[in-house]
Amino acid sequence: MNVRAHMSMLFHLDKCIGCHTCSVACKNLWTDRKGAEYMWWNNVETRPGTGYPTRWEDQGHYRGGWELKGKKLSLRLHSRAGGLAKIFYNPALPTMDDYYEPFTFRYQDLFNAPAGDDQPTAIPISKVTGDPLDIQTGPNWDDDLGGSGIYASNDPNLAGVSEEVRRQMNELERVVFNYLPRICNHCLNPACAAACPSGAIYKRAEDGVVLVNENKCRAWRMCVAACPYKKVYYNWSTGKSEKCILCFPRMETGQAPACAHSCVGRIRYMGVLLYDADQIPSAAMVPDEQLVEAHRNVILDPFDPEVLAGARANGTEDSWLEAAQNSPAYKFVKEWGIALPLHAEYRTMAMMYYIPPLSPVVSVIENELFKLDLAEERHDFELFQRLDAARLPVKYLANLFSAGNEQVIREVMHKLLAVRLYMRHKTVRGAVNSDTLGYLSEAGLTVEKAEAIYKLTTLPNVKEQFVIPQYHRETAVEAWKDPLAHKGEAGFGAIQPPQRGE
Amino acid sequence: MDWNTIFFVIWPYISLTIFVVVTVYRSIIRPFSISSLSSQLLENKQLYWGSISFHYGIVLVLLGHLLALLIPRSVVLWNAVPLRLYLLEITGLGLGLWSLAGLLILVFRRVTVRRVQVVTTPMDAVVLAALLVSVISGVLVATLYRFGSYWFTGVFSPYLLSLVTFTPQIGLVAPLPWLIKLHVINNFVLAAIFPFSRLVHIFTYPIGYLIRPWQIVLWNRKIRTQNTQ
Repeated sequence: MNVRAHMSMLFHLDKCIGCHTCSVACKNLWTDRKGAEYMWWNNVETRPGTGYPTRWEDQGHYRGGWELKGKKLSLRLHSRAGGLAKIFYNPALPTMDDYYEPFTFRYQDLFNAPAGDDQPTAIPISKVTGDPLDIQTGPNWDDDLGGSGIYASNDPNLAGVSEEVRRQMNELERVVFNYLPRICNHCLNPACAAACPSGAIYKRAEDGVVLVNENKCRAWRMCVAACPYKKVYYNWSTGKSEKCILCFPRMETGQAPACAHSCVGRIRYMGVLLYDADQIPSAAMVPDEQLVEAHRNVILDPFDPEVLAGARANGTEDSWLEAAQNSPAYKFVKEWGIALPLHAEYRTMAMMYYIPPLSPVVSVIENELFKLDLAEERHDFELFQRLDAARLPVKYLANLFSAGNEQVIREVMHKLLAVRLYMRHKTVRGAVNSDTLGYLSEAGLTVEKAEAIYKLTTLPNVKEQFVIPQYHRETAVEAWKDPLAHKGEAGFGAIQPPQRGE
Repeated sequence: MDWNTIFFVIWPYISLTIFVVVTVYRSIIRPFSISSLSSQLLENKQLYWGSISFHYGIVLVLLGHLLALLIPRSVVLWNAVPLRLYLLEITGLGLGLWSLAGLLILVFRRVTVRRVQVVTTPMDAVVLAALLVSVISGVLVATLYRFGSYWFTGVFSPYLLSLVTFTPQIGLVAPLPWLIKLHVINNFVLAAIFPFSRLVHIFTYPIGYLIRPWQIVLWNRKIRTQNTQ
C-alpha cells in the first residue's frame, strides 16, 4: 500500500445555476494574457450540448485518454515510437477553430467616429490577428442550448439513448438541460503526462496537482490531444502548454481555488482524499462496467489505522490526515457514494467528482395549458420507482458519469431522490411516513445519513465546504535550499519573462 | 589572407563557437525560451503538407550527410556498383526535392496565413531564407555535380575532419565550384543562427520518450521524508 493524499474538488450539479462566475474568476486570475485568451481552464457547459472545444468527448476524432487493448492499457493517441514519428504534425490536435478565435471590440471607434446620423458601433476584432472578425462561434455559444436543438442533438453522450427519448428531449415542453462546470481533473493516471514526449508534465505527490514544467515543455503539443477532457491548452504566443493548476498558490496559503471560492451557488467542495497509488494500474484496467467501483476502491478510508500509518510513512502531516477525515469529498464520494468521476471510461481516473443532477419537476400540457397540479404519482418527487420516466435519461447520465453503467446511476439517483423525498415530507408535510423511510432504506440510507447529506448539500459553512489543510511549504523549501542563505533577499530571484522563444 | 581562408577556416570556427557556446548557455540559463514554437493550433491544413515533407526530407538528407562523414569507406564501397550508386543518388535527390517542396509550402503558409504571420519573427524569416538557400543549393549541387555521394567522401569528410582536429586544410575545398562553396558557407550561417532561433528545438528531440516511465510523480518533501525515516 502506497498511501498518498489528493486535493479533490466536488461539483454538486443540482446547485449549479450556470452563471459562469467560476470561469470569469479563473480567466481574470490566470488566462488573461497574450496567447491564453482562448483558454478556459474552467468552463461551464450546457448539457446536453457539444461543449468546449466542440464535441471534445468524441474520442474517435480527438483520440484522448486510454484504451484497454486486451490486457494492456495504451494511449489512444499514440505508442511511444508512434508519438516520436508523429511529432512534426499531430493529426489529432484541435485547432483554434475547434475552440474559438478570441475577440474583443474596437471601442475607440465609438469615440473616433465622425459625426453622423447613425450610432457608431464597436466592431469585433480578433485577439490573435487584430483584424475585424465575423464571429461565428464562441466558448459558450450553446449556453442554455443557444436557442437551438442543434447543440443538444450533437451531444456525443446521447449514444445509446433511444430515438423516441431523444425526440422528446427536443420538445419545447419537455426540454431539459443542466450545467456541467469543468476544470482539469488532475487524474491519477493522466494521459497528458504519459503522452508528453519531453516528460514535462508531472503529478505532485503531496496533493495530486498535475502541472506542466514550462522549462521542459518543447511544444510537441501531444498533451493537448491526449487529454480526453481537452484541459491542456497550447499557448500560441509563448509556445508552451498550459493547464489548470488547481490554484495551488492559493491552496498553499489556505484558500480554496478561485473557481470554487467565487462560486455563487456554492456548488463546489474541496477536500483531501487518501488513495493507494499501487492500485492505480489495476483499477484503470478493469472492464467498463466495473470502472466506477474500482475507482472508489482506490480511495482509502482515512479512519483506518493501517491507512493512516501508510500515509505517515509517506511523509503526510497529521493536519492532512485530519483534513482527510473531515473531507467533504470523502463523504460524498466514498461514505455516501453519490459523487462520480466524469467519463470513467477514459481510464485516466479523474479526481474531480460530480453529484449528478436530479430531473426538474415534471410539467405537461393538457388542453394547450401547462398543468402543474399533477396527480402525485406524476410528480418527479415521487419518481423513485420510475427513474426511467425522469426527463434526463438514465442512459445519458450513465454515459457522462459511469462509463455507461446504468446501475451505478440508479443507485446514486435513488439516494438523491430518497433524501429529497425525506426532506420534503419532513419540511412541507410536517411528518415522515413509513413510505418515506422505506425509500431511504431501499436507497441504502439511514435517517442520520439523509440528514447529513441534506446538511452538507444545502447548509455547509465555508469551513465544511472547503477543508484545506496546511501545506507546510516551508518544509519543502527547506528540503531544497537553505532558507537562511536567502535571508534578506526579496522576491523570487531571477525569473525569466514568459516570452516567446529567441 | 584570402577569401578562402576567411570563408572556410575563420568563418567555420566563429560559427561553430557561437553554435556550441550560445546553445549551451541558452539551454542552461534560459530553458523557457526553448520550444519548437509550433503554430499548428493556428493553422493545420497547409502544415500537414509542409511540415511532414520538410522535416522527414531534411532529417533523412542530413542523416545521409552524416553517414558519408562517419563511414566514408563504406559509402564508397557501396557506390562501387553503378546500380547502387544510382539508387543512392536518386534517393538523395528525391528526399532533397521532397524537403524543398515542404519548405516552399511552409514559406507560403508563413507569408499568406494571417494568424501565422502574427507569430512570425524576423529571425523566422532569416531561418527560412537560410534554409531555402541551403536546400536549393543542395538540390542543384546534387543535379549539376554528379555524383555527390562519390566525391563528398573524398573532399568533405577529410575537410570537416581537419576542422574538428584544428588542422584546417583549405586545399580540399578551395578549388570547388562556387555553388558548392555557397552551400557550405550557408550551412555555417545556419549553425551560427542556430542558438538564436527556433532551430534549437532540433537538439531537444525527445528520444528519451522511448524509455521514460509513463507517469512522473514528484515529491516536494522528498529529502525531508528520507530524513525522518
